[in-house]
Amino acid sequence: MKKNYKIEVDCANCAAKMEEAANKTPGVKKATVNFMTLKMTVEFDEGAQPGEVMPAVLSNCKKVEDDCEIFF
Amino acid sequence: MSKKQKKVLARIIVAAALILVLRFLPVTGALRFALYMVPYLVIGYDILIKAGKGVRNRQPFDENFLMAVATVGAIVLGDYTEGTAVMLFYQIGELFQSYAVGKSRRNISELMDIRPDYANIEGEDGELVQVDPDEVEVGGIIVVRPGEKVPIDGVVAEGTSTLNTSALTGESVPRDVSEGDEIISGCINMSGLLKIRTTREFGESTVSKILDLVENASSKKSNPENFITKFARIYTPAVCYGAVALAILPPVVRMLFMGLAPEWGDWILRALTFLVISCPCALVVSIPLSFFAGIGGASREGVLIKGSNYLETLSKTKIVVFDKTGTMTQGVFEVSGVHHNTLEEKKLLEYAALAESYSSHPISLSLQRAYGGEIDKARVTDVREISGNGVTALVDGVHVAVGNGRLMEKEGVVYIPCHGVGTVVHVAVGGIYAGHILIADRVKPHAKEAIAALRRAGVRRTVMLTGDLDSVARKVADELGIDQVHSELLPADKVTRVEALLANKSGGEQLAFVGDGINDAPVLSRADIGIAMGALGSDAAIEAADIVLMDDDPLKIAKAIAISKKCLRIVYENIVFAIGVKAVCLVLGALGLAGMWAAIFADVGVMVLAVLNAIRALRVRNL
Repeated sequence: MKKNYKIEVDCANCAAKMEEAANKTPGVKKATVNFMTLKMTVEFDEGAQPGEVMPAVLSNCKKVEDDCEIFF
Repeated sequence: MSKKQKKVLARIIVAAALILVLRFLPVTGALRFALYMVPYLVIGYDILIKAGKGVRNRQPFDENFLMAVATVGAIVLGDYTEGTAVMLFYQIGELFQSYAVGKSRRNISELMDIRPDYANIEGEDGELVQVDPDEVEVGGIIVVRPGEKVPIDGVVAEGTSTLNTSALTGESVPRDVSEGDEIISGCINMSGLLKIRTTREFGESTVSKILDLVENASSKKSNPENFITKFARIYTPAVCYGAVALAILPPVVRMLFMGLAPEWGDWILRALTFLVISCPCALVVSIPLSFFAGIGGASREGVLIKGSNYLETLSKTKIVVFDKTGTMTQGVFEVSGVHHNTLEEKKLLEYAALAESYSSHPISLSLQRAYGGEIDKARVTDVREISGNGVTALVDGVHVAVGNGRLMEKEGVVYIPCHGVGTVVHVAVGGIYAGHILIADRVKPHAKEAIAALRRAGVRRTVMLTGDLDSVARKVADELGIDQVHSELLPADKVTRVEALLANKSGGEQLAFVGDGINDAPVLSRADIGIAMGALGSDAAIEAADIVLMDDDPLKIAKAIAISKKCLRIVYENIVFAIGVKAVCLVLGALGLAGMWAAIFADVGVMVLAVLNAIRALRVRNL
């Protein structure tokens, strides 16, 4: 399953860091952050619930870049 | 400016004013320290908090940490003004960068603002109701008023109008549409009211596909981007250890081996300067920004690039391989002559058109168009299609054979071969040769210019592949100035030819294949870079290609290469400039020749210049 989320982040490097952090979150198969459109596309692992995975993605992103936000 | 940016701006102004006042206040000692802490904390509290959080989350080596250490260090050493000023300039730089990035993002998203928000459908009593385009079913009727965007692909059911397709193709000439014409979502209706019968769901419509493609462009990273990510990962810790060494080693050496005073303060200050200079922001910000601007600028010109890695590959293109039909020629067949006819030209065309009237082959259609008259299928009986040869039929009771030389031989008719270039259709009426019709494809208006433009863009070799006859292919190639032709190829042969070309090219050269997306998906994916053109409405092309040209003008190929070259040049300029300035300043800083002010320039100044340079990648209209 693939979903798009709107995000808020200030710089391109921070976006890259968020992408890395999101990819390391369990339940995420592949995450890509588009700094241009301020969107995060998350492909979830089989059987993973977006509602459970996304809070973990956000908290991992907050660890690497405090100033970010994901709207889910 | 966003709320966040305004807040930072206010903090910058307050802190700058306080620093100015404090410079002229005759205070000393603890009071001076306490007073200076006010502007320092006003401007830097968030950086200090972020640095603290970074350490707690085991991600210490980021720019916040560098800034916090450098400024706290300067203040501990008694350089209150410099410590505060460094923080101040750092924030100015960050504000500028965030403003510039936000502005270019808005520019690009406005340009790509083709997403329709609603569709109009007619309610029960004839008034228009706005609905979510997702809710419109295939085959439903939607109404598009002048000034509105066409939300879903379809066919005009009622009305005539002109459409502005510039958001999709970069083409500024409006297109006229009337009943029965296919219409693509994303165009803007300029004049009349149109009723459109939808042929696709919203999610499958052109506009959704394009947006999807552009929005996912960042998932494929280019080498410079990967380089910067790796570089920053090694560089920042390396600089931190370097700074520690600079603070400790020289004083220890001076003390133990040279018998001099250690001058701890001086060396620690040099180490802090070193830290400020080293901040990699200029690179990590400007490189992705350049690609982002380059892809955005290209999409405004009707060139959709699926990732920054493709932009990079495109810039190194030295060999361009074309498909002929639909790429260099219009793929529209036209009767270009009737030769050796024993009957009147019109009569010959009539026989041919009637005999072929049950076929929908492009050649048959061109015969029917050339005849131009009403085709009464009742006059045609006993139609037999002989695959690969042609058609025989009884027209008004007379046996007519229409086809190639092989058909004539089969029919036992002596025919005259044609010297013209194109597809030859021989016609025999009642078993007697009646002449032949020459059908040729037309070369696109800009094709010749396009080949010349490619040469100017540094393409070393152009190759054309076609399934067409050798004589046709050679004529087109000579006319356009293409270096090499391979003709009479089956689709699978095209892949083999491209593979042979790939095997023979030297390293570092990239091979691009340009096709119209029909039947050439395997070749598009086999080439280093696949370019599909005339993609409006062709899903297969959008899927298979790396770069999609929205209209079918071959000049856009050279334009796409020029855009990619400009973007990559900016990227390398920024890498060389930023690393160069920093390397020089790091050496000067370590030697004690560059103070905090030089350090601030090396950090913030370089970043501002690099960002301004990156934004240039957006301007590609006149390339």
